[in-house]
Amino acid sequence: MIAEIGHFALVLAFTLALYQTIVPLFGARRGDATLMRTALPAASSQLALIVIAFAALTFAYVTSDFTVHNVWANSHTAKPLIYKFAGVWGNHEGSMLLWVLILALFGAAVALFGNNLPLALRSRVLAVQGSIGAAFLLFILASSNPFQRLDPAPVEGLGLNPILQDPALAMHPPLLYAGYVGLSIAFSFAVAALIEGRVDAAWARWVRPWTLAAWMFLTVGIALGSWWAYYELGWGGFWFWDPVENASFMPWLLSGALLHSAMVVEKRNALKAWTILLAILAFSLSLLGTFLVRSGVLTSVHAFAVDPERGIFILAILCLFVGGALGLFAWRAPMLKPGGLFAPISRESALVVNNLLLAAATAAVFIGTLYPLAYEAVTGAKISVGPPYFNMTFGPLIAVLLLLVPIGPMLAWKRADAWAAIQRLWTAALIAAAVGLAVLVIHWRGPWIAPFGIALGIWLIAGSLVEKAERIQLFKAPLAVSWTRLKGLPRSAFGTTLAHMGAGILVIGVISVTVWRHESVTVMTPGSTIDVAGRSVTFLGESPFTGPNYTAEVARFRIDSGGREVATITSDKRDYLPDGQSTTQVGIEPFLTGDLYLAIGDRAQGGRVVRAYFHPFVHLIWLGCAVMFLGGAVSLSDRRLRIGAPNRAAGRLALSQAAE
Amino acid sequence: MTRRQQRAAIIMGGLALLGAAAGLVLYALDETMVFFHTPSDVVEKGIAAGTRFRLGGLVEAGSVTRGRGTAVQFAVTDTEKTLAVAFTGILPDLFREGQGVVAEGRLNESGVFEADSVLAKHDETYMPKEVADALKARGVWQHEEGAAKP
Repeated sequence: MIAEIGHFALVLAFTLALYQTIVPLFGARRGDATLMRTALPAASSQLALIVIAFAALTFAYVTSDFTVHNVWANSHTAKPLIYKFAGVWGNHEGSMLLWVLILALFGAAVALFGNNLPLALRSRVLAVQGSIGAAFLLFILASSNPFQRLDPAPVEGLGLNPILQDPALAMHPPLLYAGYVGLSIAFSFAVAALIEGRVDAAWARWVRPWTLAAWMFLTVGIALGSWWAYYELGWGGFWFWDPVENASFMPWLLSGALLHSAMVVEKRNALKAWTILLAILAFSLSLLGTFLVRSGVLTSVHAFAVDPERGIFILAILCLFVGGALGLFAWRAPMLKPGGLFAPISRESALVVNNLLLAAATAAVFIGTLYPLAYEAVTGAKISVGPPYFNMTFGPLIAVLLLLVPIGPMLAWKRADAWAAIQRLWTAALIAAAVGLAVLVIHWRGPWIAPFGIALGIWLIAGSLVEKAERIQLFKAPLAVSWTRLKGLPRSAFGTTLAHMGAGILVIGVISVTVWRHESVTVMTPGSTIDVAGRSVTFLGESPFTGPNYTAEVARFRIDSGGREVATITSDKRDYLPDGQSTTQVGIEPFLTGDLYLAIGDRAQGGRVVRAYFHPFVHLIWLGCAVMFLGGAVSLSDRRLRIGAPNRAAGRLALSQAAE
Repeated sequence: MTRRQQRAAIIMGGLALLGAAAGLVLYALDETMVFFHTPSDVVEKGIAAGTRFRLGGLVEAGSVTRGRGTAVQFAVTDTEKTLAVAFTGILPDLFREGQGVVAEGRLNESGVFEADSVLAKHDETYMPKEVADALKARGVWQHEEGAAKP
């Protein structure tokens, strides 16, 4: 009964989404405020209906209702409760339901909190949002119904893939989807602006917080996925350039570019067409990501769907929205009024260079991801493009970008003096060069990328700090004056500093792990000791263990550092009950200078194969992501960006005038 | 500079950058592309020793032998031809005899495939897609279609 209510709510949500697509658009064209206004309740009711459907599926999971096919295929009574919740989106049908839930959530947010938007723009945005919802709801109803019944009902379910039973991974899809789908708002704003034929500073001010929020969610979602891969897969890697990782990375790169170009539209009224194009492309890449991950054209833990019909359906949605939006762009973009002029050396130009490099880096990732598919389709031969390709292409492009990052904020709008900007950064350059030199001396025979990469990271951090110091005239004016200036800076200025510093921290982490990681694979017998980067690891022995839904062999290791015992950690091999799948749990002991990382392998010669790593400064990777996220959050809390906060009264007035 | 000159300078700069990026991509693709072959392909196409490629097939039952330390030897088969593989390191959790496997490395002079990674990506719980396709093409695929699960 509950499942049928959920199914029915989805059907209602679909018809409502169709209404939301057509009527407000028609109303906006006719200038009929009553029709336009109906978009608001439509969007909030759609959210309510999808929440009902989602709650119904969650109920079926929590109660282990195996009369629902989806629950039977992906759950098990012995599964811990938290993974019964997480199991709702740990499969194709449920994850698509989560997708439309988040889409409806964003749509309802525009309907409920967008009071300062002009009514026509708001109703058009909601109409475009409704059309995306309608397409995906139709997809769910036609080919991925999560409420399909199973008769007769089996006594026990098949269970969820054990490597997916993990707290970080339970949160990974919702965050990533919030990012993907958050970009749908930027897309809807772009399409609505094209329909209206008008883009101005106000438009950019509305788009920026949504893009920023999407970018923040993508940052955390990707970081969580990477962290999970690091500790769950037992290889100690944090990034594999796997197609599904790239699928989430490309929208992240382009949403970063969009954030910067929207700034130019807002401040200088230039780059309008390019910004619109970026908004369309960023969401297109989100859709492409959904297609790649959900269609089964790629093999990975993410490929739930093996049904080619679904892939074709998503491909059709992709072509419809991307093709439609790009067609609209080609037709309407030339009508946009050209904006402010700027010199080749100026803040605007710096942001153009930022956008070009980010777009080129995205294109390099795009080609590396899709070339094998295209190659196979044309020649029939199977090829793979691995990390070396991405290091050779993405690496230099992003390095050039990062080198230029501290200079950009130093340049004035319209026309700037590049030499003066570089001169003001000399302290940062000096610090970075000194650190780079120190690395070069200590690791004389190491690869050149080490001193360069570490210096680059320091340059980013120091450059961002120097920029702030310059802004507040630190040590040039009395401290009290600097303090007043500091307090007077808008929060978004601190957001920029934090985000750029986060990138620097991330670079240092990535470079140190890549260059200085220590790995040894040996056979250890109980009582034997090995040395891992100056720490000694002693194998204490192993014992069997029975968990809630698995049995395991747990190996214990004692870690000694500097002659004294630091910790005892375990690594175990688990066999999960429902279908006998096995996984390895790694043992990690964090030190200030990095992680000691142990994973056991098979039995061999009276002992165990043990893979021991030392990952220097690996935590800086996640710290960097966290700081970037924090930068986004600080920027988002800026009064100027907060939706409706500064001039709510004025917004209401405009709305009531529009209504008359 | 006039308005037109400014715009031209910006556009030329952008084009130069994109050109450089495109060149980089083409060069890198040419350098790093790795082909996928089954043991039969290796014989039929006469893959030379030293060429890097990915080998896929089934781990032949009874072929896994452990050497000194963490060295492992096994054979990969597509049921027609079989190729010996040498690997040093930890095998993935789901490495089993009779199951699909993908190894990356190169042939040595004596015809043994020296792998430096065995399914180094995510440890899939099911048959790697390339292996499944290759086996299907050879008509030796017996597993049921819907068996693949997340």
